[in-house]
Amino acid sequence: MSSTPPTTEPKAPAVNRIGLPAKEYGGSKSTLCVGCGHDVITRQITQAIYEMSIPPHRIAKMSGIGCSSKTTAYFADRGHGFNAVHGRMPAVATGAMMVNPSLVSIGVSGDGDTASIGAGQFVHLLRRNVPMLYIVENNGVYGLTKGQFSATADAGSKLKTGVVNDLPAIDLCAMAIELGCGYVARSFSGDMKQLVALLKGALAHRGTALLDVISPCVTFNNHDSSTKSYKWAKDHEIPIHEIGFIPYYEEISVEYDPGTTQEVELHDGSRIRLKKLREDYDPTDKAKALMLCQESAANQEFLTGLIYVEPAKKDFLALSGLGSTPIVTVPDERLRPTPQALAEIMESLK
Amino acid sequence: MSTAVLEEKRAEPAGRPPVVNDFSIHVATANGSGSQSSNNILMRSIFQMGIPVSGKNLFPSNIQGLPTWFTIRASKDGFIARRRDVGVLICMNPETAHEDVKTVAPGAAVIYEENLKLEGLRTDVSFYPVPFSKLVLELVQDGKLRRLAVNMIYVGVAAWLLGIDMAEVEKAVAKQFKSKAAAVDINMKAIRGGLEWAEKNLTKRDPFRVERMNATAGKIIIDGNAAAAIGCMMGGVQFLAWYPITPSSSLAESLIDYAGRYRVDPETGEPTISVVQAEDELAALGMVIGAGWAGARAMTTTSGPGISLMSEFTGLAYYTEVPAVIVDVQRVGPSTGLPTRTMQGDITSTYNLSHGDAKHILLLPASVRECYDMAMDAFDLAERFQTPVFLMSDLDLGMNNWMSDPFPFVERRLDRGKVLRSKEELDAHVAKFKEFARYKDVDGDGIPYRTLPGFIDNPAAAYFTRGSGHTERGTYSERPEDYKNNMDRLARKFETARAHVPKPAIEKASGARVGLIAYGSSDFAVEEARAILAKKGISTSYLRLRALPLTPETSEFVSAHDRVYVIDQNRDGQMYDVLRLEIAEPTKLRSIRHYDGFPLDAETVLEGIEAGEKK
Repeated sequence: MSSTPPTTEPKAPAVNRIGLPAKEYGGSKSTLCVGCGHDVITRQITQAIYEMSIPPHRIAKMSGIGCSSKTTAYFADRGHGFNAVHGRMPAVATGAMMVNPSLVSIGVSGDGDTASIGAGQFVHLLRRNVPMLYIVENNGVYGLTKGQFSATADAGSKLKTGVVNDLPAIDLCAMAIELGCGYVARSFSGDMKQLVALLKGALAHRGTALLDVISPCVTFNNHDSSTKSYKWAKDHEIPIHEIGFIPYYEEISVEYDPGTTQEVELHDGSRIRLKKLREDYDPTDKAKALMLCQESAANQEFLTGLIYVEPAKKDFLALSGLGSTPIVTVPDERLRPTPQALAEIMESLK
Repeated sequence: MSTAVLEEKRAEPAGRPPVVNDFSIHVATANGSGSQSSNNILMRSIFQMGIPVSGKNLFPSNIQGLPTWFTIRASKDGFIARRRDVGVLICMNPETAHEDVKTVAPGAAVIYEENLKLEGLRTDVSFYPVPFSKLVLELVQDGKLRRLAVNMIYVGVAAWLLGIDMAEVEKAVAKQFKSKAAAVDINMKAIRGGLEWAEKNLTKRDPFRVERMNATAGKIIIDGNAAAAIGCMMGGVQFLAWYPITPSSSLAESLIDYAGRYRVDPETGEPTISVVQAEDELAALGMVIGAGWAGARAMTTTSGPGISLMSEFTGLAYYTEVPAVIVDVQRVGPSTGLPTRTMQGDITSTYNLSHGDAKHILLLPASVRECYDMAMDAFDLAERFQTPVFLMSDLDLGMNNWMSDPFPFVERRLDRGKVLRSKEELDAHVAKFKEFARYKDVDGDGIPYRTLPGFIDNPAAAYFTRGSGHTERGTYSERPEDYKNNMDRLARKFETARAHVPKPAIEKASGARVGLIAYGSSDFAVEEARAILAKKGISTSYLRLRALPLTPETSEFVSAHDRVYVIDQNRDGQMYDVLRLEIAEPTKLRSIRHYDGFPLDAETVLEGIEAGEKK
């Protein structure tokens, strides 16, 4: 008697263009509250980096301090992560990218980490246009310290304890556009399709890409009088367009009507296809983008989508005159000038 | 008394022997009046005559208008610390002229604008009134240049007074103006004009003069910041992030200048260093940590206020074990303090910078040569020990001009520490130690191995860097045993570093009962004080600290003497405090403290020791 060989091969898992299955982009188990919006975003990040076929060892996961900043441990275990100090992840990311731009830097921050303690570094990151994806998981409250208002909480919104926020919200997207950021988007953790398209577009962009993602805090800011709750966001979300992401290696197959659809080519040749839902909105027009932010704030609208895009902007490395060889890969012997060079300097000082 | 010893060298106003190559010149001007070039020319001319010199700028925190002094010391014996008594005063600032004249030593020479009418202020000094404002009108046709050129006239008058060789002045002018013919002509005309006027109209009555020697041949003149910048460049720095702050800015600027010429890859034409002017000192160190984590030799340069701001990030680098080099060119604190004056003010705060338990390696350069050497050491130590290393310079050392032998080329290869850069290195490591665990002490010296982001495509190379509690594998942990295990290993690593930091420089005098301990820029004044004491029959041994943590030699030195004076340039005796805590016989220590913002002088040291010895 011989054993019967199996008649069917086990089904091979789906892999991306570099032959890796999605699970190779996973991370540790989340320790956030059950139902946290951040975990939904983590799943979309994982999906986007898998679909974009990013070599996982080249991923640099950067974060500061807070609930959001913990999430970099929950994806891309095969990459390196750096959980820095509160509000100061941009500096650490800047240093890393300036010496090794072959890294794919993904920063995850929160509204406290970005809009309060980190406001200064956030501003200068955008001003420099350091190549990285910067995600703000925005819930309007400090979660780890148990529910104080953050600087992105809307005026008039209420804490569970009844405390009312009297101060105006900082609009991170408007701030980013003003500071010259070349990829500015707002989304909602509940809108997975839009979010993953925006993430992929951001990864194809060269320069700082800001994603301000409303990500409700189920524990401290998900009640009826909150403007950062699931219910509020679901009820109020108005996408300014439907977004499709077409990677650079895919042929254009579908004809589209330029009257209703707009395409933007990104740094790596990929394209973002935007089906207009808001009349005549052009996200390559900076003045209109700023106006959109101001109007939506005044009308208490929650507009999502790619608010502003300027794909051809030079990034900080190009602006700094650095070459294409990452400085970390320069061999030691080329890091020390010659004895003749030193002698020349010494002679000039005699 | 100490002053008596120094006074031996001074001549009486009349009928006394000349004082040759042993005096200081004090030039009083208003800030922004363009006297820097004149002072450099004066100093350089004396230097070129083979006479040891030093030049110090005692300047205000101001761009224009406030009083500033430049002091040049000529010393045949090679003492180049600040000298308290002024031999030759050049009064160009009406605001301070009266006060300046009152403070010079008896017998001094005073050159001044005749309109100031200072001659009635004292009877024990030689006054030389000069009609500077009239002369400049005759000598310089271009009205716009007169404000600067008037300073060249005092160079001419001083050259006459002291007997400075005009050929050397001419050479110094050519160097100062990089042989730009028009500038050289205008300035030489003003200098000659001053000299000729003085020859015709003045009679020398003071004893000070220079005579050619041969003690400076082949030497360079450089400030400590430029010296450290050259050291950083030769030490292979790959990343600089900095925020402008006096007195450290010129270090960064000097490095940018030199690197622009000498750190361009010959094959690709691309720079091999990346520079960011950060938005503040917090960001500067944050960027350095990011670059260090990514595998680059990274540095920042700052002063006390920046060190205060860097406290949190320093703790992060210490705890996550990321190499970083921080140059602290110390100035007078606390707070804004006296931002353009010198102090060894950050010793204790930097040694333990951070919240929680932290200890850092501090290098203590005492000369421009050590600024160069220790800048290179700092990078090797930072990468070897995967930790922040502080190079503790100060304003006196960093911004003033010092003589030195030329810096030698260092053949020693860069020590990049325990880094697994390739798949092969990782495989070999895993074969030997079963796994790569970022914070595991596999060699028993407290120093773990690290990988770099993006270098090795293998899940085993990845780890998570976090400022929160972590296990040997870098995973999050709040377990008491994990925390303690890690902190104990960090302490062990610091003990390993003790054997690798620069050892103190020790000069033992046979039979000496008294020892001196000093560090950094105090060295010049201490050496001079020892020479004066030796003449008086008091022999002293001297230990100059070159780094923290302390090495065993220091405790042994203290034990070998009856009394040991620790010299600090700060009010609280910061190094004295560190020593008291860490050596075997702390009761033998006594403290000498200088803290008025000016560089330490020999008399202060002498007075401190003599007062202590009388007790």
